[in-house]
Amino acid sequence: MVDSKHQWKAWLYLSPAIVLLLVFTVWPIINTVRMAFMDGYNGLAIIGGAEFEFGIANFQRVLGLSSFKNSLYNTMLLCVLTVPISTLLALLIAVALNSIKWLQKGLQTIFFLPYVTNSIAIGMVFAAMFNIVGNMGTDGNDIIITAGIINNILGVFGIEPINWINAGSAYWANITVMVVYIVWNALPFKILVLLGGLQSINKQYYEAAKVDSTPRWRVFTRITVPLLSPMIAYVVITGFIGGFKEYSSIVGIFGEDMGPAGAPGRLNTIVGYIYDALPKMNYGVASAAALILFGIIFVVTMINMQVSKKRVHY
Amino acid sequence: MAKNENTVMHERNIQSISTKQNYAKTFVKIGVYAFLMLMALIVLFPFYWMISSSLKSLSEYKLNVPTLWPKTIVLRNYAEAFTTANLGRLFANTAYVGIVSTLLSLVITVLSAFAFARLEFKGKNAMFAALLATMMIPGELFTITNYATINEFGWMNTFKVLIFPFLVSVFYIYLLRQNFMQIPNELYLAAKVDGCPDLKYLWKVMIPLALPTLISITILKMMGAWNSYVWPNLVANKKELQMITNGLRNSFTDAAGSVNYPVQMAAVAIVSAPLFLVFVFLRKYIMSGVSRSGIKG
Repeated sequence: MVDSKHQWKAWLYLSPAIVLLLVFTVWPIINTVRMAFMDGYNGLAIIGGAEFEFGIANFQRVLGLSSFKNSLYNTMLLCVLTVPISTLLALLIAVALNSIKWLQKGLQTIFFLPYVTNSIAIGMVFAAMFNIVGNMGTDGNDIIITAGIINNILGVFGIEPINWINAGSAYWANITVMVVYIVWNALPFKILVLLGGLQSINKQYYEAAKVDSTPRWRVFTRITVPLLSPMIAYVVITGFIGGFKEYSSIVGIFGEDMGPAGAPGRLNTIVGYIYDALPKMNYGVASAAALILFGIIFVVTMINMQVSKKRVHY
Repeated sequence: MAKNENTVMHERNIQSISTKQNYAKTFVKIGVYAFLMLMALIVLFPFYWMISSSLKSLSEYKLNVPTLWPKTIVLRNYAEAFTTANLGRLFANTAYVGIVSTLLSLVITVLSAFAFARLEFKGKNAMFAALLATMMIPGELFTITNYATINEFGWMNTFKVLIFPFLVSVFYIYLLRQNFMQIPNELYLAAKVDGCPDLKYLWKVMIPLALPTLISITILKMMGAWNSYVWPNLVANKKELQMITNGLRNSFTDAAGSVNYPVQMAAVAIVSAPLFLVFVFLRKYIMSGVSRSGIKG
């Protein structure tokens, strides 16, 4: 029953959403692509009346900059490390949680707790845990007042204090801290999804396995993982998408400098690179970087979907 | 009647096998619990360390061998955190932005979801598909142009810029539309026959029935304001406008080396407390929204 009165009303109800979406969602999509393909597009220059030629110079420039390559490398490294680790850990925890009755609800609540935290605030807690109070970065003359709780715990096992995040810290140490924090942060969502998947698997499969007295490991690899594969694919894909947009967890630990004292920008990511360009109004370069980010996310998602198509049982 | 010797042997065998199996089962069970407990400890540790540190005096915090729980509890850290980070002002700013944007967002979402779920108009399906497609694009792509746009509007460093650009969430419209669709259409037609206006029907029937989804949206939106960092940091970083997370991050970054860590941890604990309360009392609403999207606020 399409009558004109209804049509008019529908558009009225939709109008606030449409206006806001046109200005803040649709126009940005068009404009970002436009700015990316205008050589050297800059917000300040345009006030001066400059005109820009169509071309791919922004992309060439971004890909040639060592600061961008560094950001790209950091982002990829964190993705490649954190997604498999967090997925595997979440899978183990979910399977373990699903196999118990006593304390199940309580433990489930604990594992979901990091989800509703502020990633900047808890990042500051992690920074405090890894932080060495003292005079660091003086090469050999470092004074340690207190080594931080993580170093203290490692000390119980006879490991010397490691300079994790302070001035003069090593790149691998910084990355280790980031991996620990990102995995800690990523676990709750993955556990929630995987546990939900496990609970919906038909119990008959397990009973059949029991009758045949199938060993636990085979039950896990031949029943649990295949039947859970859609959920696993889902957490891997969302994990990669989130991973390529990593930014605020690094700000939480290292601050706006995106690196330890004395090495700012060392841990910068693609998103951080885009944000750095904005106050300078380097919109052309920022847009090119954003499109490259979109391209990477698109390709990785497509690859994941292709792999899922072959491996995932629906 | 003596049992056949063979049968007795057989029974014994079965018994010993089943005890062995029982042992193995208990062993595995202990392992599973040990693993879960260890992981739970790791998950909880940062929270424990935050609270423990926030109650220590600075000199106790700096002890070479750390104490697991403060010897003397220093509650003053919390008062000091409140003034150092100017938390009162930050709370007020965040509450203002959070409440205004949540209310506006709810109105917009309800109206749009109603149009998509109940009304018929040309291009409805195409438009809905186009909306869903925008969800695939990373938010950073919008940020660049939005930054330029608000610069042009002269909105830099105003509350408007914190409220309007990300007011409409396609995901919430989608969520609520699905919910509205589950409400039988007969109710709507009956209301029409009785001459009930659309808005009254929406208010009296649809909204009460979709209340859980609306509560989920409210909580996620408020949490979004509470946790927002990147966008406010770019466009509204003046002291008078700062949101809570920005204020928290920036109040303790200067004067490197002489940071008062217990006070910093107290500030972090104050900022985390409301989220914790939401988690304890309203968890099911968050989880129902979360498990369908994977978005955080």
